[in-house]
Amino acid sequence: MTPSSGNGTAPLLQIEALHVSVEGKEILKGVNLIVRQGEVHAVMGPNGSGKSTLANTIMGHPKYQVTGGDIRYLGQSIVGLKADQRARQGVFLAFQYPTAIPGVTMVNFLRHALNAVRGQEVPVKDFRNLLRDKMTLLKVDRSFSARYVNEGFSGGEKKRAEMLQMAVLEPKLAVLDETDSGLDIDALKTVAEGINTLLNPAQGILLITHYQRILNYVKPHFVHVLAQGNILKSGGAELALELEAKGYDWILKEAAALPQGVSQ
Amino acid sequence: MTTATKLPEKGEYKWGFHDSQEGYAFKSRKGLDSEIVAQISALKGEPDWMREFRLKSLAIFQSKPIPRWGGDLSHIDFDDIYYYVKASEKTGKSWDEVPADIKRTFDRLGIPEAERKFLAGVGAQYESEVVYHSIREDLKKQGVIFVSTDNALKEYPDLFKEYWATVIPPDDNKLAALNSAVWSGGSFIYVPPGVKVEIPLQAYFRINTENMGQFERTLIVVDEGAYVHYVEGCTAPTYSTDSLHSAVVEIIVKRGARCRYTTIQNWSSNVYNLVTKRAQAYGEATMEWVDGNLGSKLTMKYPSVYLMEPGAHGEILSVAFAGKGQHQDAGGKVVHAAPHTTSQIISKSISKGGGRTSYRGLIKVLPDAEDVKSHVRCDALLMDEDSRSDTYPTMEIDNERVSIGHEATVSKVGDDQLFYLMSRGISEEAATKMVVNGFIEPIVKELPMEYAVELNRLIELQLEGSVG
Repeated sequence: MTPSSGNGTAPLLQIEALHVSVEGKEILKGVNLIVRQGEVHAVMGPNGSGKSTLANTIMGHPKYQVTGGDIRYLGQSIVGLKADQRARQGVFLAFQYPTAIPGVTMVNFLRHALNAVRGQEVPVKDFRNLLRDKMTLLKVDRSFSARYVNEGFSGGEKKRAEMLQMAVLEPKLAVLDETDSGLDIDALKTVAEGINTLLNPAQGILLITHYQRILNYVKPHFVHVLAQGNILKSGGAELALELEAKGYDWILKEAAALPQGVSQ
Repeated sequence: MTTATKLPEKGEYKWGFHDSQEGYAFKSRKGLDSEIVAQISALKGEPDWMREFRLKSLAIFQSKPIPRWGGDLSHIDFDDIYYYVKASEKTGKSWDEVPADIKRTFDRLGIPEAERKFLAGVGAQYESEVVYHSIREDLKKQGVIFVSTDNALKEYPDLFKEYWATVIPPDDNKLAALNSAVWSGGSFIYVPPGVKVEIPLQAYFRINTENMGQFERTLIVVDEGAYVHYVEGCTAPTYSTDSLHSAVVEIIVKRGARCRYTTIQNWSSNVYNLVTKRAQAYGEATMEWVDGNLGSKLTMKYPSVYLMEPGAHGEILSVAFAGKGQHQDAGGKVVHAAPHTTSQIISKSISKGGGRTSYRGLIKVLPDAEDVKSHVRCDALLMDEDSRSDTYPTMEIDNERVSIGHEATVSKVGDDQLFYLMSRGISEEAATKMVVNGFIEPIVKELPMEYAVELNRLIELQLEGSVG
């Protein structure tokens, strides 16, 4: 079930005993997680379990403080890096609530982002071609590029814009924070198609979701249950279906029965 | 639009250099009294009526109290200012006629280059007098007048007297009275009926002397169905003591005409910039103020439009940036004096490093002005916790059949916006610039390309550090 991940090479993402606090309150309490190239991992869990904290911490939001443990990306710790440095190394976060940037057009924003991520000025013509191709691939309307970033976007448009950014920037590690929430079924299919189209063997995806339904369209190799600041259970794609049928309570009970400090 | 011999350091005010004052033609003693005022008038060889106008204005200035609203004016010492400084004997019609030192300054500011590239006419004022004035021959042939205000008084006395001080009389306010008493330089523009000046006319104002007061006076008459776009820019050396710039700008836009007046104010941060600007727009006429305030210690400036006849339209776009030690008290006023008139005020202000911006605006609708539409929008952006922004909107509506809208927002360059952009690889500095540029986009897109580039560049320079 696990695709080959290049024996001996460092995992794409290795999270070790990660503790994270927000405004002095500990949210993550020793999370361990490994994502290798070519793998799709789904992280599921009830509201308030720390899913978004995990996503934002991997990307380096200054509000989320790492108080213990480590995040390694291709073998190197990235905990001390700012978000832009992480992005330039190939880390990407699709936001649950993308922020509007009034007055800045999508095309201008994407061009700056691509130049930054590539570390060089991409010729305007090449950029235009790339953008056109990716928009076609994701069935994004042309008029998108002239609009201001996320301003006045519907929920579905925002998520599609996130997918477009991912397609243009071609990250190695993509963290998708509840990209499926707030979408109707058609939009959900489009987003899922986008993820499937973009996924390549060199890439790893961490799909954070509250609902099982996106996993009908994107097949994860692993499913993890994050609750109470920890990963309480991991399994294959079938775990998602079990969660769908039984809810999360049984996992919380199982975890409570285990001795303190054991979380796998 | 400017070229410099060296690139500025981060956050350094780029135009803070000054020239030697050796060889100046005349410099009045410091301070202000009727003797100084009469001396200025005599040196200029003015007619008696102008001398009397000046002396009467001085009396008004002396009788009015200093405004206590707006910014803090209590530190201005009116006795410690040079009211008239003349660097050169004459106004050049070509740059070769301008004294070498002064020409070099304008070269550094990029004015002759800009003139060659995209301007229809240029005036350049250095200290109290206009040292260069030129307009394209084809416009001259169509009857367009673009001369220094001093020359207009000599060359077009009747036209001059017909409009002079009709929009802003000396008793309008203390600083208008001061300008009326000691005015020198500025531009006089007359555009004949139906003539459209498609390329901008520009004036550039430069203060060089420490403790200098610059009091230019601009009068623009756009006759029926005509169009003109006038642009002004300004800089000064950085001194530890304060200088004063107090201009008066009067504009008359006749039936069906349109006038756009664009300012990119970039005084050094030791200049008090206290300016009265007002336009009258007649039937179906349009007046537009595009007002960018980036420099100065304190600016108090509220360009106004009086909508005199039905169908007149007034627009004020104001953008202000206040860095460390700066207070930009800016905004706009519209008086709807006739029915079926419309107006819009858009204000965008940015405060950084403890800087302070205030929006101060007035919408006034007179009792007979029915079917009036007005929309005011003011947005403030705070770059940090130390900075400040206030809004003082005033509405005086004396007619019920009107539609008035007002929106105001204050936002901070949020951690979330920066994080979002940074998560796409964009550095914090570039992300900040992007947010700010996006914020002022509605105004920048109204500017001609060259000025849009200049405004963006100036704001980027400001963002790179606190301005000295």
